[in-house]
Amino acid sequence: MNQPIKVEKTLTINKPAAELYRFWHNFENLPHFMKHLKNVKVYDAKRSHWTTSGPLNVTVEWDAEITEDRENELIAWASVEGADVNNSGFIRFQPNPNGRGTEVKVVTEYKPLGGEIGNAIAKLFGESPKQQLGDDLRRFKMLMETGEIATTEGQPKGHNRS
Amino acid sequence: MKAVCWEGTKKIEVETVPDPKIINPRDAIVKITSTAICGSDLHLYNGYNPTMKPGDILGHEFMGEIVELGSAFKNGNIHNKGKALAVGDRVVVPFTISCGGCFFCNRSLWSLCDNSNPNAWMAEEMMGHSPSGLFGYSHLTGGYAGGQAEYARVPFADVGLFKIPDGLADEQVLFFTDIFPTGYMAAENCDIEPGDTVAIWGCGPVGQFAIRSAFMLGAGRVIAIDRVPERLQMAKDGGAEILNYEEVEVGEALKEMTGGRGPDSVMDAVGMEAHGLGLEGFYDKAKQAVRLETDRPNALRQAIVACRKGGTVSVPGVYTGFVDKMPMGAFMNKGLTMKTGQTHVHRYLQTLLDRVQNGDIDPSFVITHRLMLEQAPQGYEIFNDKQDNCIKIVLKP
Ligand SMILES: NC(=O)c1ccc[n+]([C@@H]2O[C@H](COP(=O)([O-])OP(=O)(O)OC[C@H]3O[C@@H](n4cnc5c(N)ncnc54)[C@H](O)[C@@H]3O)[C@@H](O)[C@H]2O)c1
Ligand SMILES: [Zn+2]
Ligand SMILES: [Zn+2]
Repeated sequence: MNQPIKVEKTLTINKPAAELYRFWHNFENLPHFMKHLKNVKVYDAKRSHWTTSGPLNVTVEWDAEITEDRENELIAWASVEGADVNNSGFIRFQPNPNGRGTEVKVVTEYKPLGGEIGNAIAKLFGESPKQQLGDDLRRFKMLMETGEIATTEGQPKGHNRS
Repeated sequence: MKAVCWEGTKKIEVETVPDPKIINPRDAIVKITSTAICGSDLHLYNGYNPTMKPGDILGHEFMGEIVELGSAFKNGNIHNKGKALAVGDRVVVPFTISCGGCFFCNRSLWSLCDNSNPNAWMAEEMMGHSPSGLFGYSHLTGGYAGGQAEYARVPFADVGLFKIPDGLADEQVLFFTDIFPTGYMAAENCDIEPGDTVAIWGCGPVGQFAIRSAFMLGAGRVIAIDRVPERLQMAKDGGAEILNYEEVEVGEALKEMTGGRGPDSVMDAVGMEAHGLGLEGFYDKAKQAVRLETDRPNALRQAIVACRKGGTVSVPGVYTGFVDKMPMGAFMNKGLTMKTGQTHVHRYLQTLLDRVQNGDIDPSFVITHRLMLEQAPQGYEIFNDKQDNCIKIVLKP
C-alpha cells in the first residue's frame, strides 16, 4: 500500500561538472547543505553510513552503497538491506554548451513506513519532499558558487523576537 | 543598538535590539554614519507588502565604516572576490545583495543574483524566479535586517561594499546605495539618443535623479509629471519642463509639447501600489492591506499611451504582483519596448563616483530633511504625507 515517493529537481550551477562531481562524491560533504542529514561516514569507495535527525527526536540511519559512478557525470546510491528506510537517489551533471555552467539533476526515492514513527520519518524526508529537495539543491548551488549559504538566522529583530 | 523596526502598517518604532554579528565568512559589520528613507520604504510603511513581519528592521540606503570582517577576508578564501577591505574603511552599501559568482552577477545583472535570497522559494512561487536579496525589504527578498540602525550586517561584503575616497561628505555619496543609480539606470533604460525627449512620471527622489541622469545621457528635453509643487519646482531646477497632472490632461499636453509625436521614451518613477498586488498565495492578506489606502493614479498606463511609436518604456517604479487593464493593445501596436528591474547598483558605482568627482552633479541637492535616527517614526510620516515640503530624509544614528 505504501507507494514509493519519488521527487526530482534540476538547477543550473555556474561551476564545471568536475568540481561539482568531486564535492558531491565525498558524501561526508552532504550534511553541509542537506537540512535533515546530520552525519555521513564514508567507510570505503562504495559504502557509507548516513544519519538523519528530525521531529520527535527520531533518528534514522542506514548504510548506503554507490550503485553507479561515472566520473564527472553521474553518482547513484541506494540503501542496503536492513536500512530503517529504503531509499535511493542519483545526481547527474550535464555541462551546458558555451560555458554556461552545469545542469544538475537530482532524483531521490524512498519507501514510506506507516504509523506515527512512519509519519515522523516522512517529515524527515520533507513535509513537501519536492520543496525540501529543491531547498537542499539550492543550498548546494550557493555553497558551490559562493562558498557559503545565504541566511538571516541569528540576525537582530525588534522586541527581542527570534 | 538602536534600530528602526516595522511593527505594522504605519507603525514604526525605534527599538533597542541586539547588535548584528558576523554569520557567514564573507560578511562585514558596518557602523552606520548616514541612512535614508526611500519611496520604496513607503510601500512597506503603508502595508502593501504582505511578507513583512513585526520586528523587521527597515532601511536599505545606508553607509558607514567597517568595524568587523568575516573569516573569508583573513584566510584568502577562494570565493572572496578579492576586493581588499579593511576595518576602518568608509563604504557605501548597495541595497541589492549580490554574490558575484552566479550566472547573473557574471553578466552584471546584480539585482538578479541567484544566491542571495534565502527565501527564494517564496519569490519563485509568486514570480517563477527569485530576484536578489535586498536589505530591509520584506521576507520575499530575504528578510535581511536593514540599515536604519546603528550597525548592519552586510553579506557578500567583498562584492557589495564600495570604498569612498577621502574628501567626499556622506551626503554626496549616500545615494549611491539606491536612488542615484536607480534614476541613472532608469534613464539608461530609456535608450536615449542625442536630443530625445523623455517624459518622467513621478518627481520623488528617483524621478529627480532620473531627470538629471537623462540630461547627462544626452536627452534634449525632459518633461516631468507630478502634482506636488515643491517636487515640480525641484524638477524644474534640474532643467525639466513640468506638468501638474491635477491641472492638465497629461496625454494631451505631452502631444501638444512634442508636435503630436509623443515623447521618445517614457518613465514610470511612481510605481503602482494599490493595484500592484494580487499574488495568488498572498491574495487575501494583500487585499487587506490594500483596503487601508486609496489607489494611486495609473502612471504606467498613461505613460504607455503617451509614448511615441517605437519608443521605450522604462519602469523603475516598484511593482510586486499583478496589474489590471494594461493597455497591451497600445503597447503592441505601437511597437514599444519595456525595460525595468530592481537596480543593478554595483554596475554604476564607479561611473557615478566619477560624475560626482568631476562636479557633474552633487547628489545632496535632493535632501530636504536631516533627522536623528530616533525621529524615524516622524520622518516616515512627514515623507509619506509630503508634509513640510519633504522630498528626501537623511537619518543620523
Ligand atoms: N527599481 C528600483 O530599484 C527602485 C529603487 C528605488 C525606488 N524605486 C521605486 O521608485 C518609485 C519612486 O521612488 P521615490 O523614492 O521617488 O518615491 P516617492 O514616493 O517619494 O515619489 C513618488 C512620486 O510620484 C508622484 N506620483 C504619484 N502618482 C503619480 C502619477 N499618477 N503621475 C505622476 N506622478 C505621480 C508622487 O506625488 C511622488 O512625488 C517607488 O515605486 C519606489 O519603490 C525603485
Ligand atoms: Zn530605496
Ligand atoms: Zn550572484
